[in-house]
Amino acid sequence: MLKYIIKRILTAIPLIFVITFICFFLIYIAPYDAVDAMVSPKMTKQEIEAKKEQAGLNDPFYVQYGKWLNNLCHGEWGYSLTSGTNIRQDLKTRIPNTIKLVLPSYFTAFFLSIILGLIAGSNQNRRIDRIIDAVSSVGIAVPTFWLALMTMYVFGYRFKMFPLMGMQTIGKEKSFIDFMHHFVMPYVVLTIGFLPELVRYVRSSTISEFKEDYVLIQKSFGSSKAKILLNHVSKNVMLPMVTKLGMALPMLVTGAIITETIFAWPGVGTYYMKAIRTLDYPIVMNILVLSGTLVILGNLLADVLYCLVDPRIRITE
Amino acid sequence: MKKGKFKNFRKEILHNKGAFFSLVFLILIIFTSILIGFYDGDPDAINISNMLAKPSAQHWFGTDELGRDYLIRIIYGGRVSLTVGVLAMLTSIIIGTTAGISAGYFGGNIDSFIMRLSDIFSAVPWIIMVTVVSLLIKKGIFSIVLVIGMFSWMEIARLVRAETLTLKQRDYIQYADFIGTSPWEIMRSHIVPSVLPTIITAATTAVADAIMTESAMSFLGIGVQAPMASWGSLLQNAQANLDNAFHMAVIPGVLIILTICSFNNLGNVFRAVAEPGSRAGESNG
Repeated sequence: MLKYIIKRILTAIPLIFVITFICFFLIYIAPYDAVDAMVSPKMTKQEIEAKKEQAGLNDPFYVQYGKWLNNLCHGEWGYSLTSGTNIRQDLKTRIPNTIKLVLPSYFTAFFLSIILGLIAGSNQNRRIDRIIDAVSSVGIAVPTFWLALMTMYVFGYRFKMFPLMGMQTIGKEKSFIDFMHHFVMPYVVLTIGFLPELVRYVRSSTISEFKEDYVLIQKSFGSSKAKILLNHVSKNVMLPMVTKLGMALPMLVTGAIITETIFAWPGVGTYYMKAIRTLDYPIVMNILVLSGTLVILGNLLADVLYCLVDPRIRITE
Repeated sequence: MKKGKFKNFRKEILHNKGAFFSLVFLILIIFTSILIGFYDGDPDAINISNMLAKPSAQHWFGTDELGRDYLIRIIYGGRVSLTVGVLAMLTSIIIGTTAGISAGYFGGNIDSFIMRLSDIFSAVPWIIMVTVVSLLIKKGIFSIVLVIGMFSWMEIARLVRAETLTLKQRDYIQYADFIGTSPWEIMRSHIVPSVLPTIITAATTAVADAIMTESAMSFLGIGVQAPMASWGSLLQNAQANLDNAFHMAVIPGVLIILTICSFNNLGNVFRAVAEPGSRAGESNG
């Protein structure tokens, strides 16, 4: 098993390099001149040219890539074009905010989906299953941003129960109650956004588990349905869910871009969308690299977790 | 064989209420989008004296923030959304089928190259990819179609590849290869028709996904640009007027949901007809 894990880690490393290369290439071909960040309109052509030379922007592509990668590994993530702030510092304050929103939402959706999916799958084609299945089919078709608008209108404008945007009221940064007050709406929207797909997944794997021979044998020995469900089926359904957890890793950074943008939640999503709108290339590039790396690490984590919980993988690999 | 499948499809549609309504709804939407081409008024006609009006007999869906008739805006918006959805679907189907068949049929290095490429494309979350590429190319319908198509072919390629791999082992294809039929001819006249049901099923889902992606892009302001509108960009406008013109936010959203649901429902019917085994467990709610 250790050999398998090591092999998986070794294949992930070149992929991360490929991702950084693609990110750099994409921004390299972008219609933007990095020198714009360093010049003021008063500078002469010669001065700009000198700046360019000094910053190494006249070097060939691979030299620039090498330097950039080196800086990236040393924690030099560059500066924002529009505000001039250190991107690393910015992300340091913004990533925790996103995690505060995404982590609770994803876990809520995760556990709810296991419960709902098992209920639906074990009562296939009965009323409760039809309701759950129909609601999640419609749920998949609901755009998150629309749901956010509706929630905002009803609970924000009409009933005025929750504040419309932000994470804290200015002056009440330490207040937990104030945070919760802001937290409820984006949290609910995001949870509902994650839920339908997970429910459908759990439901369909529950249905296929119930068709397995071991269920038939249990039945023939007279086990009750509840017992089969709780002791056997649920375990087998939960195994592949572990990989879902691993693959959700990148969501901690980019899982709520739309929801954050609508509710002006000060996380990575709003930061990223603002960078896209103002053509702030260094920020875009960093988030691109970050999310690509997290996806690869997430897949790695998923494989390793699966290998740990499911002995069958260990034998076949 | 073909006829039989069509008959099954008809039977399934007539027996399945959800699927039937989906079909009717889609036909209705598509016809409206085409017929609006004969409307000779200006959809962008501004009427400042009648801004943000509530739905009434004169303006069924009310008016927007510039006093434009919202029903007309929505129909034009639907036209854009559907066009983008269908074209993006075609793009991703063409890329995905070509990649999948080549990977499955030729195997070896070509296969691993294509599959690694698809891994890399799936690696970065779609919203990040789509936003970044939208920075690089000129904004417009064509680039939206291209961007969505470019980042949604991987699933189709995977399905088609798997099917091609099993088809390749069939006697008639091995025989065709043996008597010297060119690979191109084999792919064109044997493999493509056999994977067609899979492609059609994937296509309906792809339209739904493309409409969803387009609306999200337009909502975020990186999709369809004003004065052109799609359901997503109408919602973007609606956000600014949420408090005093709630109808502007409700209607496009409901239409997006109904359209996507309908395409997904039809996809389920196609799947049930193409591979009867999968019907168990699907209730097409």
